[in-house]
Amino acid sequence: MTEMPGPQHNTKYARPKNAKKTFLRILSYLKKYKGRLILVAAAMLLSTLSSVVGNYFMKPILNRYIVPFIGQQNVDFSGFAGIILLLAGIYALGIVCTFLYSRLMVTISTGVLREVRVDMFTHMQDLPMQYYDTHTHGELMSRYSNDTDALRQMVSQSLPQLFSSVISVVGVFTMMLVLSWQLTLVVLLMLGFMMFVVKKVAGGSARYFISQQKELGTVNGYIEELIEGQKVVKVFCHEPQAKEGFRTRADDLRVAAKNANTYANILFPIMGNLSHVHYALTAVVGAVLTITGSLDIGTIGSFLLYTRSFSQPITQISQQFNAVLTALAGAERIFDLIDAVTETDEGDITLVNAVLHEDGSITESKERTEHWAWKIPMNGEATYIELRGDVRFEHVTFGYEPDKPVLKDLNFYAKPGQKIALVGSTGAGKTTITNLVNRFYDVQDGRILYDMIPVNRIKKADLRRSLGMVLQDTHLFTESVRENIRYGKLDASDTDVGAAAKLANADFFVLHLPQGYDTVLTADGANLSQGQRQLLAIARAAVADPPVLILDEATSSIDTRTEAHIEKGMDSLMQGRTVFVIAHRLSTVRNADLILVIEHGEIIERGSHEELLAQRGRYYQLYTGAFELA
Amino acid sequence: MIKKLLPYMKGYEKEAALAPVTVIFEVLIEILIPFLMAKIVDVGIANRDVAYVAKLGGIMVGMALFSMTCGALSGKFAATASTGFACNLRKALFNKIQDFSFANTDRFSTASLVTRMTADVTNVQNAAMDMVRVMFRAPVMLVSALIITILMNAELSSVFLIVIPAVGLLLAFFMAKAHPLFTKMLKKYDAMNASVQEDLIGIRVIKAFVRKDFENEKFTASADDLRAAQRKAENLIVFAMPLMTLAMYACILSIFWFGGHAVIEGTMLTGELISFITYVGQILMSLVMIAMVFVNLVLSKASAKRIIEVLDEKIDITDDEADPALKPADGSISFDHVDFSYAKDPKNLTLIDVSLSIRSGETIGIIGGTGSAKTTFVQLIPRLYDVGGGHVSVGGHDVRDYKLKNLRDAVAMVLQKNVLFSGTIRDNLKWGNPDASDEEMFEAAKAAQANDFILSFPDGYDTDLGQGGVNVSGGQKQRLCIARALLARPKILILDDSTSAVDTATDAKIRAAFREKRADMTVLIIAQRIASVMDADRILVLENGKIADCGTHEELLAHSPIYREVYESQQKGDD
Repeated sequence: MTEMPGPQHNTKYARPKNAKKTFLRILSYLKKYKGRLILVAAAMLLSTLSSVVGNYFMKPILNRYIVPFIGQQNVDFSGFAGIILLLAGIYALGIVCTFLYSRLMVTISTGVLREVRVDMFTHMQDLPMQYYDTHTHGELMSRYSNDTDALRQMVSQSLPQLFSSVISVVGVFTMMLVLSWQLTLVVLLMLGFMMFVVKKVAGGSARYFISQQKELGTVNGYIEELIEGQKVVKVFCHEPQAKEGFRTRADDLRVAAKNANTYANILFPIMGNLSHVHYALTAVVGAVLTITGSLDIGTIGSFLLYTRSFSQPITQISQQFNAVLTALAGAERIFDLIDAVTETDEGDITLVNAVLHEDGSITESKERTEHWAWKIPMNGEATYIELRGDVRFEHVTFGYEPDKPVLKDLNFYAKPGQKIALVGSTGAGKTTITNLVNRFYDVQDGRILYDMIPVNRIKKADLRRSLGMVLQDTHLFTESVRENIRYGKLDASDTDVGAAAKLANADFFVLHLPQGYDTVLTADGANLSQGQRQLLAIARAAVADPPVLILDEATSSIDTRTEAHIEKGMDSLMQGRTVFVIAHRLSTVRNADLILVIEHGEIIERGSHEELLAQRGRYYQLYTGAFELA
Repeated sequence: MIKKLLPYMKGYEKEAALAPVTVIFEVLIEILIPFLMAKIVDVGIANRDVAYVAKLGGIMVGMALFSMTCGALSGKFAATASTGFACNLRKALFNKIQDFSFANTDRFSTASLVTRMTADVTNVQNAAMDMVRVMFRAPVMLVSALIITILMNAELSSVFLIVIPAVGLLLAFFMAKAHPLFTKMLKKYDAMNASVQEDLIGIRVIKAFVRKDFENEKFTASADDLRAAQRKAENLIVFAMPLMTLAMYACILSIFWFGGHAVIEGTMLTGELISFITYVGQILMSLVMIAMVFVNLVLSKASAKRIIEVLDEKIDITDDEADPALKPADGSISFDHVDFSYAKDPKNLTLIDVSLSIRSGETIGIIGGTGSAKTTFVQLIPRLYDVGGGHVSVGGHDVRDYKLKNLRDAVAMVLQKNVLFSGTIRDNLKWGNPDASDEEMFEAAKAAQANDFILSFPDGYDTDLGQGGVNVSGGQKQRLCIARALLARPKILILDDSTSAVDTATDAKIRAAFREKRADMTVLIIAQRIASVMDADRILVLENGKIADCGTHEELLAHSPIYREVYESQQKGDD
C-alpha cells in the first residue's frame, strides 16, 4: 500500500533452520484464540472480497446505467441509485469487517507476545549457571527485544497481510477471468514477467541485506568496544588510530547499506510502473477488442481497476514472505531459550521450621521457629534431621568444561559453627567450591554431604535457602535500599532491616543518602561506592539469617579501616554459623578455625593460622609476602 | 535541527538533489497515464480508431518505462545520499567522542553513547531517505492528481475538497491522540527490558536467595503492563485503517453517482469517469503516505536531538595553543595549590588546596579511604581533567602547556577500571606503542610478571583475548594492563589500584622490577594494601580531598594516626 518497509528496520536477517516446526510452534500459542482467529479469518475474507467485488460494479454501472442513457433526457435514476446503494452496502460490510479483524488482531497479537515473554522469562529463571556462562547478556536481551519484535510484526502484520494478499490475488484473478479471458491472457503474461522481476530484485536485496547486517554488526561491535574503553584510548593517546579504524569500517558499512537500500528502494517503483505498463497494455488490448466488438466499455473500466489492484498484493507477498522468514528465525532463537535444559532438581528433601523436643525428637512447625530441620520423605512417612551446618567434601572433582578440572579430588570437613577460610591465588578454584555447595554447578565426581545428606538429594530451593551468600560481584536491584536489604528475607520487618544494616555498619551511610532507607538505587547501585554496596550485601545476608554463610571476597572493596570497624558486626553475624570465607586479604581470614590453601584445584595446606605459619609453606609465603617482602 | 545536520550530506549533495528531481518526474508521468487511458476510451474507442489506440498505448508504455527508470534512479540516489549522510554522521560522532575529555564522557553514559551512534543514526538515516524521496513524492502526487481531476471536471473534483481536509484532520487527530499512548508504551517496553537486564546481571543473587517466584511475579506484572499499554495504543490506531477505507469508498460512490449523471448529461466522458476512480486511490494513498512520513519524522526527531547533543558537546580540554615541540623533560611532578571539583562548583570541592612536589624517579604510594580523592588526584597529572584552581606541572611546565599527545606519551596510567581490546595479547600490549620491538614487549611483560602466564597459553603472545579480555583472570588482566603501560616507556607511571587482584608476592615482584629496570621512572601507586606502598620513597595519606600526611612508612607509623590505623587493621593478630 505504501513505501516498502526497508530491510534496515529489521535487525537480524537469517534463515530459519526448521521453518515448519517453528511455525507450528507459534500456532500453538494461537490455539487459545481459536474462536477469535476463525472470526478474524472470516472478517478478513469478507473485507477483501468486498473490495474485490466492489471493483466489478464498474461494469454494470457503466454498461447498464450510464452508457445506454448518454445524451437522454428524463432518465429514470432509480435503478442507478439502487446499484449504488447495493455497492454502499457491500463497502459498509467491508469496513465493518476491517475494523473487526484489526481490533481482534490487537488482542491476539499482544496476548501472544505477552505469553511468549513470560514463558521465556520464567523458563530463564530455571536455567543452570552454565547457560548464563555460555550466553552473553546482549544475546539473551535481543531475544526479548529484536526477536519478539520480529515475532510481533509477523503475528500482527505479516500473517494477516499474507492471508489477505492471497485472497486478493485469487479473488482478483477470478474476477478477471469472469470479465474477459482475452485480457486475462495479458495479465498472465505480465504476471510471469513481474514474478521474474520480484524474484530478481528480492534475491539481490536479500544478498546485500545480509552483507549490510554483517557490516553493521562490525561497526556496532567496534563502537561498543571503543566507547567502553574510551578512557583507556585517551590515556594512551590512541585517538588517531581509533578514528582511522572506525573510518574504514564506516565506509564499508556505507557501501553495503547503499546497495541494500537501493534494492529495497527500487522494488516499489519497478513493480508500480510495471503495473502501469500492464494498465496501458490492458487499455490498448481492451480498446481494440471493443472496437472489434467483442468487449464493452464497462468491462474495460472494471478490468483497469483490477490491474491496478493486482500488482500490490504480489509485491506485498514477496515482502512479507521475507519478514516472515526473519521472524521465524527470531522465533527459533526464542524457542531455543524456552527449550533449553533447566537445572535438574531431583532432590526431595526439604527444609522446614522445626521444634526440637527434650527427648531429641523433632517435629515440623508451620510457624517460624529458631530451628530448622531437613524433612526426609520415606515411604509416605517423614523423618527429620536437625539442620546443623555440617558440610563435607569427599573426593570432589569438578571442571566447568568436562576435560579441564578446576577442582581435583578435594576433601575437607566443616564442623557446624566453624569458620572455614579458603585462600589461594586467583583462579585457584576458591569460588568454585562455594558454587558447588549451593549447586550452581554439580560435581563431576565425588560427593558433597550437608548434615550427612548428599546435597543432590536436597531440593535446590531449600538448599539455597539454608545458605547465605555474599558474592564477589555485589548486585543490587533498582529498588530502595530497604527493599534491597529485605531481598534476603521478603517478610522481614523494617526493624529487622534496620538491625541488619547496623550490624553491617551500613546504617551510617544509608542515613546520609538523600532519602535514607527509601533512596532508590539506580543502575546496579551506581550511586554507591563498591565498598558501600558490599556493606549492603552483607546486611542482606544478615537479614536472611541462614545457618550457613558464604562470604566470597565480601569485604574486598571495603578499605581496611572500615573493615576493622565492621569486624564486631561480622563476628556476631558469623556467631554460631558455619561460615566459608574467601578472601585475598589474609588479615580477614586469620581467626578462621580452619584455613585451606588452594592451588590449582587442590588443597596444598590446611590448618589454623598458627599451624600454617609454623609449616612455613605456601601460606607463610603469601602471608609474609604481604608484610615482609621489601 | 535540519540545518544542523544538513552539512553532513557533504559529498552526496548531488544525489540528495537528484533524488527529489527524479521522483517528481516519476510521479508526474505516472499521473498522466490514467489521463491517456481516458483518451483511448473516449477518442480511440468512440471513433473506432485502432491506430490512435495503438499510438497512445505505445506512448503510455514508453512513459511507464521512463517513469520506472526515474523511480529506480530516485531510489538509488536516495539510498546513496541517506547512507552517505549516515556514514558522515557516524564518523563525526565517533571522532567527536574520541575528542571527549573524561568530564565530557562522564556526562553521557557509555550505553547512551552507543545507542546514539547505532540506533539513533539508523533512525536519522531512514528519515533522510524519506525526506529526499517520499516527502516529495506524496505531496507532488496529491497536488498533481488533484489538478488533473480539476482540469477534467472541476465540479466532480469538489468531492476531494471535502474528503481531503476531512481525512487530513482525522489523521492529525489520531496522530495527536496516539502519540502519548505510544510514548507510554515505549516507556513500558524500556521498563520491561530493564527488568530483564537486571535479572541477567543479578542471576546469581536471585538463585542464591531463591527469589525465582518473586522475580517471575515482577516480570509478569511488567509484561502485563506492556500488553495493556500496547493494546490501548493499537486499539486507537485500528480506527485509522477502516476510516481511510471509508473515505475512499465514499469518494468512489459519489464519483460513480455524480460522475454518472455528468456522463449522461454529456458534461463528462466515460473514459474520464474511469480514470477519475483511479485518481481517488492515488490521492488518498498519498495522504496516508504523508501521514506516515510525518510519524517517522516525529519519531526520528528525538534521535536527531540526541545526536546533536553529542555533536554540540563542548570539549572542555583542548590543546590548540600548546607548543607541539614542547615535551616533558623528566618525570617530575608538582601540584601548586590545586583545587578541583567534578561539578565545577567551588563549594563542592573534591580536592582542596593540594600542594606537593615529586622528584623525577621517585616512587610515591597513595593511601586513603573510599572517597578520599586518590583517583581524582592522579587523574590531574595526565590532564584527564583540568584543575579548578592552582597548577599541575609535569617536567617543569604546566600540563596545559603541552600538546595532550606529548603529555600523555610521557605519563602512562593504568586505570582502576581497565579494559583490554579484542585481538591478541601482542596487539594489546603493542597498543600503547605500535613501534615497540618484540624484545621490548617481552621485557615489559616480564617486568609486569605477565610473561610466565602468557607463555603458559598454547598460543603464547598470539592468544586471542576476545572482546573485553574475557579469557584471562582478573589478576592476569591487571598485569597485562601494566605491561601495556610499561611498553609505552613513560617517564611517569600511575597505577590506580591496579594490582588489587594480584597476589601479594607477585605484587612485590612487580614493584621490584620497576626499581631494577626503570629506576628513572616516577611511579605513583594507589593501593588499599599497606604492603603495596610501604617500600615507596614517600607515602601520601589522603583524606577528604586533602593530603593528611606524607612521609616514609616509618615516619607515618610514628606520627600519622590514620596511617597507623590502616596499618593496624591489616596487621591485627600478628604480634
